[in-house]
Amino acid sequence: MQWEIVIGLETHAQLNTHSKIFSGAATAYGAAPNTQACAVDIALPGVLPVFNRAAAEKAVKFGLAIGARINRRSVFERKNYFYPDLPKGYQTTQLELPIVAEGGTLQIQVTPSTGSGQAYEKTIRITRAHLEEDAGKSLHEDFHGMTGIDLNRAGTPLVEIVTEPDLRSSAEAVAYAKKLHSLVRWIGICDGNMQEGSFRCDANVSVRPMGVETLGTRCEIKNLNSFKFMEKAIEYEVRRQIEILEDGGRIIQETRLYDPDRDETRSMRSKEEANDYRYFPDPDLLPLVVDEAFLDQARATMPELPQAMRERFVRDQGLPAYDAGILTTSRELAGYFEDTVKALGGEAKMATNWIMGDLSAQLNKEGLEITNSPITAGKLAGLLQRIVDGTISGKIAKEVFSAMWAGEGDADTIIEAKGLKQVSDSGAIEKIVDEIIAANPAQVAEYRSGKEKVFGFFVGLAMKASKGKANPAQLNEILKKKLAG
Amino acid sequence: MFNTSLKELSAQLASKKISSVELTQTFLDRIRELNPRLNAFITIDENKSLAQAKTADALIASGKAGPLTGIPVAQKDIFCAEGWLSTCGSKMLHNFVSPYDAHVIEQFNRAGAINLGKTNMDEFAMGSSNETSYFGKVKNPWDLNAVPGGSSGGSAAAVAARLCPAATGTDTGGSIRQPAALNGITGIKPTYGVVSRYGMIAFASSLDQGGPMAKSAEDCALLLNVMAGFDSRDSTSLEREKEDYGRDLEQPLKGLRIGLPKEYFAEGLSADVAQAIEAALAEYRKLGAETVEISLPNSKLAVPVYYVLAPAEASSNLARFDGVRYGYRAPEYTDLADMYGKSRAQGFGAEVKRRIMIGTYVLSAGYYDAYYLKAQKLRRLIAQDFTNAFAQCDMIMGPTAPTTAFNLGEKSDDPVSMYLSDIYTIAVNLAGLPGMSVPAGFGANGRPVGLQIIGNYFSEAKMLNVAHQFQKATDWHTRMPQGI
Amino acid sequence: MSLNLADVKRIAHLARIAVEEDEMPGYLQQLSNILNLVEEMQAVDTTGIEPMAHAQDVVLRLRNDVATETDRRAAYQAVAPQVEAGLYLVPKVIE
Repeated sequence: MQWEIVIGLETHAQLNTHSKIFSGAATAYGAAPNTQACAVDIALPGVLPVFNRAAAEKAVKFGLAIGARINRRSVFERKNYFYPDLPKGYQTTQLELPIVAEGGTLQIQVTPSTGSGQAYEKTIRITRAHLEEDAGKSLHEDFHGMTGIDLNRAGTPLVEIVTEPDLRSSAEAVAYAKKLHSLVRWIGICDGNMQEGSFRCDANVSVRPMGVETLGTRCEIKNLNSFKFMEKAIEYEVRRQIEILEDGGRIIQETRLYDPDRDETRSMRSKEEANDYRYFPDPDLLPLVVDEAFLDQARATMPELPQAMRERFVRDQGLPAYDAGILTTSRELAGYFEDTVKALGGEAKMATNWIMGDLSAQLNKEGLEITNSPITAGKLAGLLQRIVDGTISGKIAKEVFSAMWAGEGDADTIIEAKGLKQVSDSGAIEKIVDEIIAANPAQVAEYRSGKEKVFGFFVGLAMKASKGKANPAQLNEILKKKLAG
Repeated sequence: MFNTSLKELSAQLASKKISSVELTQTFLDRIRELNPRLNAFITIDENKSLAQAKTADALIASGKAGPLTGIPVAQKDIFCAEGWLSTCGSKMLHNFVSPYDAHVIEQFNRAGAINLGKTNMDEFAMGSSNETSYFGKVKNPWDLNAVPGGSSGGSAAAVAARLCPAATGTDTGGSIRQPAALNGITGIKPTYGVVSRYGMIAFASSLDQGGPMAKSAEDCALLLNVMAGFDSRDSTSLEREKEDYGRDLEQPLKGLRIGLPKEYFAEGLSADVAQAIEAALAEYRKLGAETVEISLPNSKLAVPVYYVLAPAEASSNLARFDGVRYGYRAPEYTDLADMYGKSRAQGFGAEVKRRIMIGTYVLSAGYYDAYYLKAQKLRRLIAQDFTNAFAQCDMIMGPTAPTTAFNLGEKSDDPVSMYLSDIYTIAVNLAGLPGMSVPAGFGANGRPVGLQIIGNYFSEAKMLNVAHQFQKATDWHTRMPQGI
Repeated sequence: MSLNLADVKRIAHLARIAVEEDEMPGYLQQLSNILNLVEEMQAVDTTGIEPMAHAQDVVLRLRNDVATETDRRAAYQAVAPQVEAGLYLVPKVIE
């Protein structure tokens, strides 16, 4: 049977505020246990929550970025359950009236991971995004067989972003997660650090026979803290579900945990029992009202969004959509591209090729971000300028690029120091060509008898004689003329 | 000295006729002598109180004293006070020494008042008789066989027995007014949002409100001046200009329109209470007020609505007591679930457990709409009744409680009959209105009767004026229980 | 809506209150009495009435995003049942 995979993602993005969502404790990562857990965070008797404006600003910014409707009045509710890392015995979250309502979408570009499928675009609908507080952490290292609780993370603001079940493969899920990851960083609401748990995804996975309308029973997979794990976990889970169904079994709706060491998902029984969260409006908090001025403020601080920038690159710079898509995966990369083109006064396609080619390769090789590139946009433009004005050839430029990367100076310094300046003096080139023609009469005869393939042989010799510095266009012209006799 | 007004005590302190240390010591001695019979206090810390008194004396000497500087005030044990045991009347917090001050405590400290000790209360403020405290029952100083009411019963008994010049209370469904009535003292629950709830251990967040309990309305005005005020740490604290609640005390009452809800004078009101209330109303007419009959048609729904909403909020508010970060942890358990279950089963008393369970039930899947949501809708109807009523009158008056103090043990086996002792006070909390109780004589058994005054939102100054004028014309509030 | 023993068990579990078998009938009785008391609500038609969650019709204040709290771990953990290395200890959590 042909099975269709149905996936919905729930993403928890920590908002990069200075203080917590309901207290004045700091949110910095990595502090000693419980030193950033204030009276409100540890839920001392009598303490009360006070809401952080920045959490609302960042959530609204996200809503505007995905084109969703913003609820002018949203309500915090209590989700009641007992867990040692949940100090109040309830999580303050939003249920009925989330700050970001329906209507949001994210445009994804998918490259199928297997087979020879074509890359394609797809629009993923985002159901809602709501504000809530993070829980603390349970540490299971050995404390005489007990668990240690660190509440530093408790109360860190989160926005939980929920999609419709629009994703049809692990590749689509990963493409969506990457796109979302890039967006939250782009608009500056989340640092996106997955190792530190700033960006965490849960996947609701089900399968159904191809052509069937109703959804199959789903399982929720938790702990997908890297894109690679997400892909593997979904693929494992899909295989598991299909095997069960093909053996005539039934899927049990449950929460499963991905174990990267074993590359499998397993049932989390502890989360299963009696999920009756008894949501009700938090009486310690009043309705959160977002007025027009608040929205204007959010719009005013919104950078140009990746989708708009991508379209602009295609329209104004004449870039292929694919290239524009890559350049707009992060604000830093897009900024680098724009700075390069500006300094160069055009030549967008050439700049793109260099950025996506040699520069990206070097950055990847050394594990660097674009912001840490030893070659700045201005310096890259300086190099490309020399190609444009014919000072060096593209081939020589690669050599200059390597030297720049190694810190030997800017393009002009290196060209000068290494004597890499292209020979455009036609007299000098003619002299080289004359010598080659004189030294290779047999090949000259061949060429003149119609075997034009030997032309390359002459180019090679001439380049070698000029140490690669001969202006290729000029060399071609002169060679052709002289060989023609 | 025990029966002296705050104003007079303040004058004596200012004129150095007495020092705060002497005054504090006098009350501490009286507590030591009489508290064993009343059990009104959970914690006394003479050293702490006297140290504060010394500081207050220095402040007075330097001429920087305010109206409450050097005055000892007993604090309900629901208010967290740094360095003080803050138990909320529960075994769950029997060992909880608070690492911080409630806003109310801070305000008293800033004013130079002395924390005279922490008063007994119904566990987590759940009760109307002060019989649910882990630290034992409180007795009514007017009759040691009678309950003092609750939940602020320790504060009320302490003020009535003159173990302290004044005390604080909190009121979720009548917990200031009902014990004030049953002990013959004056207490006011301000408009919701006037006194910060920060550091006041939550029972039902949307209803809880702190307020003063003292001998007279005049004293209450001085205390409320200290307790009230905006606090950014409580999201429900209202941003309003600071006001002097005593500014209108001396206004005449001529032309005051008093609304008498017919539902508050119907079946269920005992004859002796009715008689005392009628006499008080006659006194008001003498003072130039007129009375009009009004109706609060949804009154009978107040108790049902309250016993859905308050337990629902409480079930969630009390979830933090889990034996992990503070408070009681069961000595023996097999695993995490067992630790939770046993710590909470052993740490909470019967009434608290009942209310947590009812609250859990009304919020649970399948019952939310029928109970919780329904109750929230009815809450609006109850609040609208008052809005309509205040179109016809300036103040609403009636009995605070249907009977005088009942006997210890009389209702403790029957929660529902206990709940009905708050029938006249609960609606005020649901609406968020200010309400107070003033002494208005005695019942057939010689136990005190309280007159309830309900004002419109933010009318505390006017209410205190209305009560003060009555207290100038009567002496019920100066009566002291004899032979404790 | 009447309550049964299974309900009491379910509620006690949700509330994490250990209730012994022999206490169950007592709870059932008392909780049922309270539910009877509140049953009166059901007789009133509340169609079209907006639920009232707060006494005052006010909206949430927004706090500026500034970290104001200092480390008070020692004071807070002085009242904790069991701590080690700055962590609160609980019986092993099984995930």
